[in-house]
Amino acid sequence: MKELTKKENIKDWYLKNFELFEKQMNGHNHELLKKVRQASLAKFLELDFPATKNEEWKYTDVSFARENKFNPVSTDYKTSLTKEDVKNIIFGNFDYNLITFINGKFAAELSDISADSDKIIIKNLNSFIDSHKEIVENYFAKISSDDNLFNVLNGIYMQDGVAIYLKEQSEFSKPLQVLYLNGYSEENLLIAPRNLIVVGRNSRTSIVFNYYGNPKASYFTDAITELYLEEDSSVDIYKIQRESLSSYHIEKFQAIQKDRSVLNHYNLNFGGRLTRNDINSKLDGENIETHYYGLYLGKENQHIDNHTFVDHAKPNSMSNELYKGILDDKARGVFNGKIIVRRDAQKTNAYQQNKNVLLSGEARIDSKPQLEIFADDVKCTHGATVGHLDEEAEFYIRSRGVPEELAKSILIRAFAADVCDEIKIVELKEQINHLIFEELHRQEVSY
Amino acid sequence: MLTIKNLHATVEGKEILKGIDLEIKAGEVHAIMGPNGSGKSTLANILAGNSNYEVTEGEIIFEGKNLLEMEPDERAKEGIFLAFQYPIEIPGVSNATFLKTAINEKRKHLGLPELTPKEFLNLMKEKSKILGMDNDLLGRSVNVGFSGGEKKRNEIFQLLMLDPKLAILDETDSGLDIDALKIVSNGVNVFHNDKNAVIVVTHYQRLLDYIVPDYVHVLYKGKIIKSGGKELALLLEERGYDWIKPEEVELESN
Repeated sequence: MKELTKKENIKDWYLKNFELFEKQMNGHNHELLKKVRQASLAKFLELDFPATKNEEWKYTDVSFARENKFNPVSTDYKTSLTKEDVKNIIFGNFDYNLITFINGKFAAELSDISADSDKIIIKNLNSFIDSHKEIVENYFAKISSDDNLFNVLNGIYMQDGVAIYLKEQSEFSKPLQVLYLNGYSEENLLIAPRNLIVVGRNSRTSIVFNYYGNPKASYFTDAITELYLEEDSSVDIYKIQRESLSSYHIEKFQAIQKDRSVLNHYNLNFGGRLTRNDINSKLDGENIETHYYGLYLGKENQHIDNHTFVDHAKPNSMSNELYKGILDDKARGVFNGKIIVRRDAQKTNAYQQNKNVLLSGEARIDSKPQLEIFADDVKCTHGATVGHLDEEAEFYIRSRGVPEELAKSILIRAFAADVCDEIKIVELKEQINHLIFEELHRQEVSY
Repeated sequence: MLTIKNLHATVEGKEILKGIDLEIKAGEVHAIMGPNGSGKSTLANILAGNSNYEVTEGEIIFEGKNLLEMEPDERAKEGIFLAFQYPIEIPGVSNATFLKTAINEKRKHLGLPELTPKEFLNLMKEKSKILGMDNDLLGRSVNVGFSGGEKKRNEIFQLLMLDPKLAILDETDSGLDIDALKIVSNGVNVFHNDKNAVIVVTHYQRLLDYIVPDYVHVLYKGKIIKSGGKELALLLEERGYDWIKPEEVELESN
């Protein structure tokens, strides 16, 4: 990766490239997106990449973003990837729709969508704007997306992403798999996916985000996902991240939930040299349920930072969060779980747990629960633990004739079980279990 | 089968066993009794290879091999089994998966082919029947959500499935009501034959009504201070341990 000379300013680099980028959009730059880009550009001048003295970034050093020029202007990818190539990357053995993006660009030939358009619209965002302008006007970019320079950078350089619109009273049981194949053909790309999900009243579905990186490729994925859950709707979001170990991955996920809606968000993190997830839900209604499940595996010198934020704005809702980390080698994890219970949000139930197991003496976790409670009639609990694999349990298993390495695998399986068991797609659950052992280079204990 | 010679052991630097000698032959049942803190559980754990205990002196020979040089899993594969006083819970791993793994590791060690799924299932059915266990219990995660009694029963189920040469029962009777005690004892008696041996570690004589020992040893402050036949257990039940203790003073003054 080219390092910057001292005189070059990284912000100049991104500004300099914008003209070229716009040209390359080739008329695909819809007015609605242009507006967002312009607003983001204005914001871009005001901000800098976050420093570790910023409390929100205390444990995550993002100097990679200051030191590397990621190229926001890719040439059109060569469609050398075939369905056969991606067969083993896709989570399979269950019935799904597939939408694929290569280096952030829509790949129609690797997509396969058969959905009843009376119920659900699944498109790439650029096409969706043309066909469903009013939905985009009502929902797109309504969230705060200038929390930091990464979000702003996405606002400037967003290329495409998935747009899902589930109409009212629609149950769509076939999961949609959104496949991001990153780091192909070109090096050092900035890939900026922008996803929009709108779930209409009394509708339900599930979506699997499959972020996959070309092994060893170096690039930067800078994503934003917006989710709107209307009254009585329900969605399961699985985010499975297997970016390359030389890549950087940052995503802001924001859900806005209305009355009686249910969100199950699964954040399963395997890849990336440095990962930062900001996962936020605003519970903007009553009797809402929000479940966050997280599992993060770190090895070598991976850095994984999960920031979650549950904002209880109104009464009678519940949130439940379980995040578990397994860290080996010199991997470092960060968990920051923020819960706000606002003054009106009486009768809120909010639970949060973060548990970590360190497999080496050099692995490290910084875990920080952050509860801010302004209502008086609420139930909130939180807890954080860090430890090693239980030696007594290991002795028990080995005393049955199970060798040390396999006994450790059994304990890893036991540790991850309560997150894995929440995965509702059985075949996916098995594949995630397999990935855990594969990624940690350990003997597998099957389901 | 098992020879223990002058065994000394410490835990966290504190000497718990102060010279144990014990000889166990195939076909025998030995009871080890004694008050709290006498070292009974320590002895059981050392036999199984718990690394929290450090052997500072002495030797243990099992079937002609130096047991102290073996890892816990090697000991298990050679035929040692410890029924734990406090069995561990393993969420996310079913009893069936766990036992299949253990049995096949042992078979691999013995140069035998893995059990087919059908053979394994039949074995599970046969052994669980002896203990009156629900099939549903077998699909559940190891010991998770089990009552104290169910956990002990599950230990004996594992014993029957693994069919070791030497079974060590560490306070298996604690926390069992009389019905469960009978079922568990029956399981041990079904297991026991003239080719294997059992060590029963217990506080109380009660279990020995059902698992009848050939020898009873009294462990006190890290030493076996008295050995006898099964009638010794009855005497202990009647008179407690105090009547033996003076001998211990004698031993120390000698």
